[in-house]
Amino acid sequence: MKQRIPLLLFLALIGVGPAVLPEFHVTLLNYIGLYSIVALGLVLLTGVGGLTSFGQAAFVGLGAYATGYLTTAHAVSPWLTLLAGLAVTAAVALVLGVLTLRLSGHYLPLGTIAWGISLYFLFGNLEFLGGHTGLTGIPVLELFGWKLDTGREFYYLIWLVLLGAVLATQNLLDSREGRAIRALKGGGLMAEAMGVDTARVKIVIFLIAALFACVSGWLYAHLQRFVNPTPFGLAIGIEYLFMAVVGGAAHVWGALVGAGVITVLKQWLQDLLPKIFGQSGNFEVIFFGVLLVLVLQRAREGIWPWLRRLVPLRSAQRHVAAAEPLPARQMPAPGTVLLEVKGARKAFGGLVANNDMNLSVKAGEVMALIGPNGAGKSTMFNCISGVDPVTAGEIRFLGERVDALASRQIARRGMGRTFQHVRLLPTMSVLENVALGAHLRGAKGVLSSSLHLERAEEARHLAEAKRQLERVGLGGHLFEEAGSLPLGQQRILEIARALAADPCLLLLDEPAAGLRYLEKQALAELLRRLRAQGMGILLVEHDMDFVMGLADRVVVMEFGEKIAEGLPEEVQKDPVVLEAYLGGVE
Amino acid sequence: MTAPILEIRDLCVSYGKVEALHHINLKVEAGKIVTVIGPNGAGKTTLLSAIMGLLPSKGEIEFQGEVQRDIEVEHLVAMGMTLVPEKRALFGEMSVEDNLLLGAFQRYRHGARDQAQTMAQVFATFPRLKERRSQLAGTLSGGERQMLAVGRALMAKPKLLMLDEPSLGLAPLIVREIFHIIADLKQTGVAILLVEQNARAALQIADTGYVLETGSVALEGDSRQLADDPRVVETYLGLGGIRY
Amino acid sequence: MDSQIALLLAQDGVVNGAIYALLALALVLVFAVTRVIFIPQGEFVAYGALTLAAFQAGKTPGTVWLLLGAGVLVALIDTVMAVRTGSLNRLKRIVLWDLVLPVAVAGLVLWLEPAGLPLMVQVALSLAVVVPLGPMIYRLAYQPLAEASVLVLLIVSVAVHLALVGLGLLFFGAEGSRTTPFSEAQFALGTLTVNGQTLWVLGASAVLIVALYAFFGRTLYGKALRATAINRVGARLMGISTTMAGRLSFTLAAGIGALSGILIAPITTVYYDTGFLVGLKGFVAAIIAGLVSYPLAAAGAILVGLLEAFSSFWASAFKEVIVFTLIIPVLVWRSLTAHHVEEEE
Repeated sequence: MKQRIPLLLFLALIGVGPAVLPEFHVTLLNYIGLYSIVALGLVLLTGVGGLTSFGQAAFVGLGAYATGYLTTAHAVSPWLTLLAGLAVTAAVALVLGVLTLRLSGHYLPLGTIAWGISLYFLFGNLEFLGGHTGLTGIPVLELFGWKLDTGREFYYLIWLVLLGAVLATQNLLDSREGRAIRALKGGGLMAEAMGVDTARVKIVIFLIAALFACVSGWLYAHLQRFVNPTPFGLAIGIEYLFMAVVGGAAHVWGALVGAGVITVLKQWLQDLLPKIFGQSGNFEVIFFGVLLVLVLQRAREGIWPWLRRLVPLRSAQRHVAAAEPLPARQMPAPGTVLLEVKGARKAFGGLVANNDMNLSVKAGEVMALIGPNGAGKSTMFNCISGVDPVTAGEIRFLGERVDALASRQIARRGMGRTFQHVRLLPTMSVLENVALGAHLRGAKGVLSSSLHLERAEEARHLAEAKRQLERVGLGGHLFEEAGSLPLGQQRILEIARALAADPCLLLLDEPAAGLRYLEKQALAELLRRLRAQGMGILLVEHDMDFVMGLADRVVVMEFGEKIAEGLPEEVQKDPVVLEAYLGGVE
Repeated sequence: MTAPILEIRDLCVSYGKVEALHHINLKVEAGKIVTVIGPNGAGKTTLLSAIMGLLPSKGEIEFQGEVQRDIEVEHLVAMGMTLVPEKRALFGEMSVEDNLLLGAFQRYRHGARDQAQTMAQVFATFPRLKERRSQLAGTLSGGERQMLAVGRALMAKPKLLMLDEPSLGLAPLIVREIFHIIADLKQTGVAILLVEQNARAALQIADTGYVLETGSVALEGDSRQLADDPRVVETYLGLGGIRY
Repeated sequence: MDSQIALLLAQDGVVNGAIYALLALALVLVFAVTRVIFIPQGEFVAYGALTLAAFQAGKTPGTVWLLLGAGVLVALIDTVMAVRTGSLNRLKRIVLWDLVLPVAVAGLVLWLEPAGLPLMVQVALSLAVVVPLGPMIYRLAYQPLAEASVLVLLIVSVAVHLALVGLGLLFFGAEGSRTTPFSEAQFALGTLTVNGQTLWVLGASAVLIVALYAFFGRTLYGKALRATAINRVGARLMGISTTMAGRLSFTLAAGIGALSGILIAPITTVYYDTGFLVGLKGFVAAIIAGLVSYPLAAAGAILVGLLEAFSSFWASAFKEVIVFTLIIPVLVWRSLTAHHVEEEE
């Protein structure tokens, strides 16, 4: 409770604000609230998701013009126009998102710049939207007969909406869906392998950001009671992004801080600068531009993390509640063929990385794939796990052709994997990194996450993550940042993450690299236990002692082809293998 | 005993909060081949990247008797250090000749004649490159790419040539050829720091060797002795249990 | 619309398209070499045009003071860095490029009274004032963030753009300017009258494109820039410094931008914020080319120019809307041809 004091204090101050503050300050706070709602969307989109938009002002405009037009021209109830605005915004954002999000990261912001400009000119040139003069006479909002016709009354609505949005965003980020959103920054490859549909997640956060902006626009229209194109231009769109970045784009409260700082600064500079320069104009943009460059160069995290250190808020969760285990897969009987690769070929342009590869893995066995560096083992892994599909040949998993499936679809069928170059979310806790692995075992969506109606499921996910971490021997590190573990343990963490998905086949890409002798022994012990429980394991490894002591069968690759296969003892004596591995100079 | 051309003392490299190399000490003498061997993930590539200034590091790097305070790649190249990275990093959409030309970028002040002479030397070492001089680098075969990468590095007339896994992905015949060339390069007086996974081949041509394991030097010494050391044989020359 | 009007519009479109092509080339160049999406490109267009206009009006343009100020700032930062790392041999270069050059240019401007000088001298002076701002801005805003993601660099670009637009307003005021044409000649081409200035724009664009082609194909520095674009690490290992490549590409982009502004200033009234929209149209062209292909970017630019010219005839109020919504079908086409989700390395 003590840790909640700063928050309660803040809420209390917000609550009594209109009662004690002069009109001017209430107006300022109203605007800060409106801007914060938009900036909050950008926090989700930019700071957390790693995407960005310069066109949020245009979405604000859609919300404002939707209600402006429908209430004045057709006398529709403002509460219905909110829905109409949200629908239009969602449609536009969906189209824009689908078009740009498949392309690399910078197409979305560029697209939003173009779209921001187009929409601004459209608002200004459409007759029925009042052209550049805009629409006037937008009705007052009425709530159960209570007219919100002054800034002081409107204030409460704005701040209620804002705090609701903050709470929903915070809830969302602290959930299974939120982990998927946070995983975007770790690169799509890993998230997809954990079963996250990254394209969908990107569109979802772009939609949420757009809808927040739309709500802000709707509020704005009814506060001002008139709209014209000016506040929806690209320059303002850019300003929203400034707010998020300056405040701290990766933090929910950063949006409020940023909106507050930029709004107050702007007010102050607009008074000051024309006096200094002796002419009128938007000179504050010079200052903002320089400020933003400095923030990005010197303190890319923004103001919030710095502020937070001064005011310690609720610290991260430190214990995992017991919960009913997640339903587990029926393991295939030992000896069942899990994976079958037939005549697989992978070419990158003219370069053949894998040619005519055949191998199989059964339940309850460890199959090792060995060969010199560059022999094409990781390529084979990527083909099997659906990261990079084969050029020809077929791959069957549990009897089903999977060579045309995406990696997340293959993951859903029970194949887990680790990566040669560790792919974790270094600033997220060890526990949450592993919980991400259980993504496919949950069903609750964005809405229930925002409202935290999925706490039971979430508890089961965290408990599962804890169980897997204990299983691999990392039970003592649950709440540490994943990036602070030694590299060897990060590899083990990846195994726990793969296990959290409840797979029946594990693909491990050099799990022993970087481990010390005792750690290697512990790893071998773990893999033996998994094997005994019926798990199939396909292992790429360089440490021969490790492989030979553990594997049931070995496939040796060189130049993308299989050169030998058999029991470890057989392979070790094979002259072809000796030549491939030991081929000296003379 | 000649003066070391490269001496690193107490070198540490961290990725974020995790230290990947711990207190490495290593010496390369002029005209010698020194090899660093070790399993994947031991930090071999990290070591070369740190020496070359591609990664920030702590500790001391002394090159040609000068402690490098402000380690900048471009500066080190101008001083005579070159690195042929594991991925070769060729300019695929440019011709073989242009690739070589850019290898001599830091020597542009020496003029066209110097450039032509150096290129003639490189072509003498790698006749195959001369045949393919106007071909795009991206269309070369694996072995030719490696030759171009080494040839390009030689265009800078380096004092120290660092090679990261030159045998990677190459056929045994080509590996043999490349290693012969590396051994021959020693005759021209350039010092070579060779990072290899193909331990036996590396130890055969090297004068001294270091064995890197989980970010630390586990063994070091004369390469002949290392090649016979049972610990190396077992762990790094692979196929544990097999004696030869 | 008769053929006469169509021809006239086509002429307009091609002339604007030529300018967009130049800008698109610069954008592709800067992006390929530095990964910076160079939004402030447009400000160089405006600065070039308005600096020339100020000279012709007998005023000292504010860009001169900006050049001096930026030079001093760069010199200061670089000197501190040089002292801190003990590389004092860099001081000579710093003093020469960041102090002597700006002071010399400013001195020349104040001493020569450019208003009475021949047009070509005025143009040269304008370029001398505006172009060095390119590498200085690279130094101040981008160089410390050279390793940052494309997204961060894009946000920096937008910030720099805003700051430069604000400064443009401060220097040149809200009123627009036109400059004297390079040539008053008019030629009859069948039923079409072609202005001398039109030929200047087309000629200069063609010359510049050929010059760039030669620069990238034949010179060591041109090749070094291409090498950086192809493989940054490889280029660094050859001793081609990222900083050098960045400054050089920003110099080229600033030069192309300023020259574009100078070329269009006699045809259209240029305001302090005109550059942005002009630059963005170059962008649409560059995006058509996927930010990688130079010939496609040039072709895209002509397309944008023509589209703009014809839409200004049919629906002039919606001209900008039409041009910028063009980006949507382009993105559709791009996203259909992109074979996979690109992975960040």
